[in-house]
Amino acid sequence: MGFMKEINNDFNVRIALNIWKNIYLIRSVEEKIAKKYPEGKMRCPTHLSIGQEGVPAAWSECVRNNDFAVSTHRGHAHYLAKGGSLNAMLGELYGKVTGCCRGRGGSMHLVDTSVGFMGTTAIVGNSIPLGVGLALSAQLKETDQISCIFLGDGAVEEGAFYESVNFAVVRKLPVLFICENNLYSVYSPLSVRQPKDRNISAMVNAMGIQTSFGDGNDPMAVFDIMTKSVKCARSGEGPFFLEFSTYRWREHCGHSYDNHLNYRSEQEFEEWRLKDPLLRLEKQLFDKDVTLEAILVQKRMLIDHEIDLAFQFAEESPYPEASEAYTKVYADE
Amino acid sequence: MNNPAAQSKTFTESINEALVQAMTLDSQMICYGLGATDPKGIFGTTLGLEDKFGKSRVFDMPTSENAMTGVAIGAAIDGIRSVTTHQRLDFFLLALDQLVNSAAKWFYTYGRPVPITIRLIMGRGWGQGPTHSQNLHAWFAHIPGLKVVMPSTAYDAKGLLLSSIFDPNPVVFLEHRWLHNSVSDVPDGDFRIPIGKAKIVRPGKTVTIVSMSYLVVEAMLAADYLNKHGVECEVLDLRTIKPIDWPAIYYSISRTGRLLALDTGHLTGSVAAEVVARVTQHCFDQLKAAPRRLAMPDVPEPSSPGLTKGFYVRANHIVSEICAMMNLSREICEGAPIEPEPHDVPGNWFKGPF
Repeated sequence: MGFMKEINNDFNVRIALNIWKNIYLIRSVEEKIAKKYPEGKMRCPTHLSIGQEGVPAAWSECVRNNDFAVSTHRGHAHYLAKGGSLNAMLGELYGKVTGCCRGRGGSMHLVDTSVGFMGTTAIVGNSIPLGVGLALSAQLKETDQISCIFLGDGAVEEGAFYESVNFAVVRKLPVLFICENNLYSVYSPLSVRQPKDRNISAMVNAMGIQTSFGDGNDPMAVFDIMTKSVKCARSGEGPFFLEFSTYRWREHCGHSYDNHLNYRSEQEFEEWRLKDPLLRLEKQLFDKDVTLEAILVQKRMLIDHEIDLAFQFAEESPYPEASEAYTKVYADE
Repeated sequence: MNNPAAQSKTFTESINEALVQAMTLDSQMICYGLGATDPKGIFGTTLGLEDKFGKSRVFDMPTSENAMTGVAIGAAIDGIRSVTTHQRLDFFLLALDQLVNSAAKWFYTYGRPVPITIRLIMGRGWGQGPTHSQNLHAWFAHIPGLKVVMPSTAYDAKGLLLSSIFDPNPVVFLEHRWLHNSVSDVPDGDFRIPIGKAKIVRPGKTVTIVSMSYLVVEAMLAADYLNKHGVECEVLDLRTIKPIDWPAIYYSISRTGRLLALDTGHLTGSVAAEVVARVTQHCFDQLKAAPRRLAMPDVPEPSSPGLTKGFYVRANHIVSEICAMMNLSREICEGAPIEPEPHDVPGNWFKGPF
């Protein structure tokens, strides 16, 4: 819990630019998904992370390619931050044979094992024990990999979460539990789900695990916290739990905004929009060096182009043969 | 090393031998469950494993059935095989999310094998009652991606457990508690019985009795009795519930023309129901009588021995069904072996508590 005080205020431009690139990529991919979703070609439930990119973007710069990660229904950002193939992700959203699951999973089931991204699952809390199992494997094989488990504030209400943290503590497993607290589970605010004044990270800390809390919309602060906790988990000190405050801008599932439903106020939304992790980081970069503005213009063009090509790739890819649905149910077929 | 010698062993000894064999063959395999390293070693099945293979590979676990199933899946997708055990199937119901949503779907969705074996022990009698006695193989068989194995002898238990462990898919391995002390000649060393193959445990040409797990014992008692009255029952032990050996069933029906399907689970939605349905569809013109089935009633199993009298499927029920199917005399029907006394234990070896 004491990390906040120790955060190093030195601003590393190289790292900041990498994090910026991650945020910009995730944001732009998802904005384009939102724009194109009404075309009806991405025919699967889709949960966007727009507004929440700060945590995955900074995490990306703290982990290694062979570290494991698992995530949730809202997993695009984590997948891309780990280096998952953009073509394969969009192919999956479009249900194409080039998708990372050959069209068997959709947006909620993303995988790219070549970068240690082992999967996302659609049931709240479901992937948490899997991530712990990956850490157990790393411990048994005596590798120095860590396993990163993304979850939301809703998953903290699932039994699987407590069971998983407990076992990770008992076996001192190299796990990083990363909770993105965006205040809502679908349309249900924390106030109807958890007691008033509940401090999630303090509660979890009582289970015997090191914890830390941070502003998820301050990417450089996330980077500092993440760097230290990754080091702890990797050094054999046991698991670490991180809670980051953040906010999803768009509807729980789908491409639109949903403030008109009145489950949250316009004012709350606007307050969080002012904490945009992308703008915040850009301001920090330009304050440091005004000439970076021109560099970012160029980088944006390159990333936008890469995204355009990936959408084109996904749209032009063929569907799998309908007969494929009935194959490879078992691994020994 | 393969050793063709076969010695008389109990079901639990066979399970233990299979685990030792598998952990020796695969130096990464892990084995855990509540009580796996305690002094009783899950009815003796896991005794000695911790000493042989060490604490990191053989361990007791937190009372967290769901997460610990997910842990097995997570380790499996990184190449670590596991056998997890639950002393009653009923506790494992807490883990259905991991079993159904993850284990069964992982290979289909992500293309990565999940080589896990989940041993579930099913109780009966001695007051096990509503939540220590459920036989839910039909549930598991309903889920694509799972394999479901249900051995009836010590021999099959060893050969099928080794096949289950080295199968690249999630396997639910169901042990009936009433079989744990049963004895057969079991080879030492590594031997495998293929998953998905039924066995004719008694050939006959008049009626096919499709059975599984403990009900093979009752089917054999009934078949022995009926044989004395000139009715030759063919007893088929399914051994695997998913995938089920349809060719073996159809072949038997082609010779007998009659079917009685047994099930250790409740009647509605049972595996016996599936057997009757498929046989009716595929062998309709070969049937000489309407197929029948016998399963547990559609009520929870009560605890009191007063309430379980006559509750279980027994040899005399099997005889009655076959008598009705074949219009046999009332004398044959009434002379069938009756439920032993006491009725709520598999034999004198069982002194409870579970």
